[in-house]
Amino acid sequence: MADVVVEQGQAVRAARARKPTSLRNVLGRKSTVAFFLTLPLILLIALLVLYPAVYSVHLATLNKSMQKFVGFGNFLFLFKRDTFWMVVKQSCIFAVTAVFFKALIGFIVAHFVHNIPAKGQRKWRGMLLVPWVIPPAMSTLAWLWLFDPSYSAFNYTLSFFGIGPINWLGDNVWARFSVILVNIWYGAPFFMIMYLAALKSVPDQLYEAAAIDGANWWQKIWYVTLPMMRNIIAITALFSLIVTFANFDIVRILTSGGPLDQTHIFATWAFKVGIEGSDIPLGASVSLFMVPILAVAAIFILRDVSKRGNEA
Amino acid sequence: MADVALRKVVKRYDDVEAVRGIDLDIADHEFIVLVGPSGCGKSTTLRMIAGLEDISDGDIMIGGDVVNDVPPKDRDIAMVFQNYALYPHMTVAENMSFGLRLKHYPKAEIKARVTEAARLLDITDLIDRKPKQLSGGQRQRVAMGRAIVRNPKVFLFDEPLSNLDAKLRVQMRIEIKKVHQKVRTTTVYVTHDQVEAMTLADRVVVMNKGRIEQIGTPNELYHKPATRFVAGFIGSPAMNFIPCRLEDVGGTLQLRLTDRIAFALPPARAARYNALPRTDKLLLGIRPEHLTESHAHLGPGVETFDTVLDVTEPMGMETLVYFGLDGTPVCGRVDPNAGATDGAPMRLAMDLNNMHLLNEETGIVL
Repeated sequence: MADVVVEQGQAVRAARARKPTSLRNVLGRKSTVAFFLTLPLILLIALLVLYPAVYSVHLATLNKSMQKFVGFGNFLFLFKRDTFWMVVKQSCIFAVTAVFFKALIGFIVAHFVHNIPAKGQRKWRGMLLVPWVIPPAMSTLAWLWLFDPSYSAFNYTLSFFGIGPINWLGDNVWARFSVILVNIWYGAPFFMIMYLAALKSVPDQLYEAAAIDGANWWQKIWYVTLPMMRNIIAITALFSLIVTFANFDIVRILTSGGPLDQTHIFATWAFKVGIEGSDIPLGASVSLFMVPILAVAAIFILRDVSKRGNEA
Repeated sequence: MADVALRKVVKRYDDVEAVRGIDLDIADHEFIVLVGPSGCGKSTTLRMIAGLEDISDGDIMIGGDVVNDVPPKDRDIAMVFQNYALYPHMTVAENMSFGLRLKHYPKAEIKARVTEAARLLDITDLIDRKPKQLSGGQRQRVAMGRAIVRNPKVFLFDEPLSNLDAKLRVQMRIEIKKVHQKVRTTTVYVTHDQVEAMTLADRVVVMNKGRIEQIGTPNELYHKPATRFVAGFIGSPAMNFIPCRLEDVGGTLQLRLTDRIAFALPPARAARYNALPRTDKLLLGIRPEHLTESHAHLGPGVETFDTVLDVTEPMGMETLVYFGLDGTPVCGRVDPNAGATDGAPMRLAMDLNNMHLLNEETGIVL
């Protein structure tokens, strides 16, 4: 098969040397065929990804009335505003804290589920996935009621212990805590299911070898489980970091960015200044600011993944 | 180093008894091979010695101490797995030193032990590689190295050569034997390959259906099998089992195989089998090498008969011949120059001095 390909290639090259490239030759090339076969997907990506991306870059360079090109003007304006830097800080705290705890809780729960006998495991897996499969707009509404300062289940329960009432969504510290908590609740099952799959792919014999080598449970996790799951952990964390950075619905429903913009993250603030504040170019600039932050994170995380590639 | 003893060891999985009351004494420095077909309980037995499986009943002793409830790490054993079980993210040196590092050995001693083990196994050049960069045979050496550096009381091998190709398997078999000759650690080795068992073991333990069928040196098992299972399991091609009965004809004891084939038993055999009831259903057990071509100078106790060969298999140094005796398939081994051809008649000689007589119902060798 390979020989034939080489011969074809040589024939094409020879023909090209003799006379100018004809249309038939171009169409007959493997690369041309491959291009046409992937063209539908290229068009789809161009339509759904490239066009909006390029358009938002274009928007970010216009003035508020979208009539005049202002270059980096919107960005320079943002850099001078305290609220913007607070949103950057809050977005980073929100994303990093939420991803860290989602990963930690997902890892611990995955271990528990992994150790449940196979018979009952399906049931638990299904139940633990519920937060992730309920549309977040709906489940966040339920959380909104749970956080209600006057009549909520949380404050009612805490009152038995002499605590509260806590102004969950009105106090800036508690409000930040609440939006992160709901994000963790919503996202941890995704980590759990990914880690569970990774755990199942670690051969039992490695644990047995480690047990004979003298490893206790913690050393087995540290020296066997974590190194074997490094790639999954890295990819899951990156994926979740992107999604969490871009989160909108939870903050929007719970606090709308309040109190006093203290819980705003990029997406909600972009929505506020862009849609509610009728300054779409400025909103686009806020959204675009996520790109370099995520790109740096992605480069660092994926660099190690490709380096470790096929270790096993 | 230490001796290992199993006392009435039982392993149950729910209602199924995988190991049914095993008694076994393994002496210090001894190389014991557990052999048997799939599902006979040999791997389970090994894993119980390792502490990777709990025992349902009985006692396991290592160096005189009962270790039933001792975790694997405190049993001072090392195990080599079928799939090597090397840590893929560690180099060869890190793999080998892992156990020592966990026990906080001094760095200099770890290095010395790893270097020595690597030299012994001829893997010094591979010490900085990851398992992915090694061939199957090299990985197996590293797995053995990991066991050796620990200097344990007992080595446990769980079918370590099953994943290697035939040629490499022979090489590694010799390596394992050499290593054992050097380190002299008590070794329990599990395999389903009877050739491995015969070539490596000081004593072989043949297991079947969760029980020990027979324990003995390779020679004992081959020449004096206790049961039909052992007789059939050890040896390749397997021993022939031909239905037969004893007859008294004119004061001599005869072995009748078919209506037209009956042999007078040699005196020693006749004396041994004379007390048996003539009504018993018996089987003649005869190995293929004791069914050869007939020639002019046959010794006492060697009887000839004529048959028609079904199939012949030239192996180079010998030719295997297959024929039927009243519907029972029989295999013999003849000289490649004896003229054996498919479908041709041939006169064969049966050496009754090496025959076995078995009770067909109990399977016991009489």
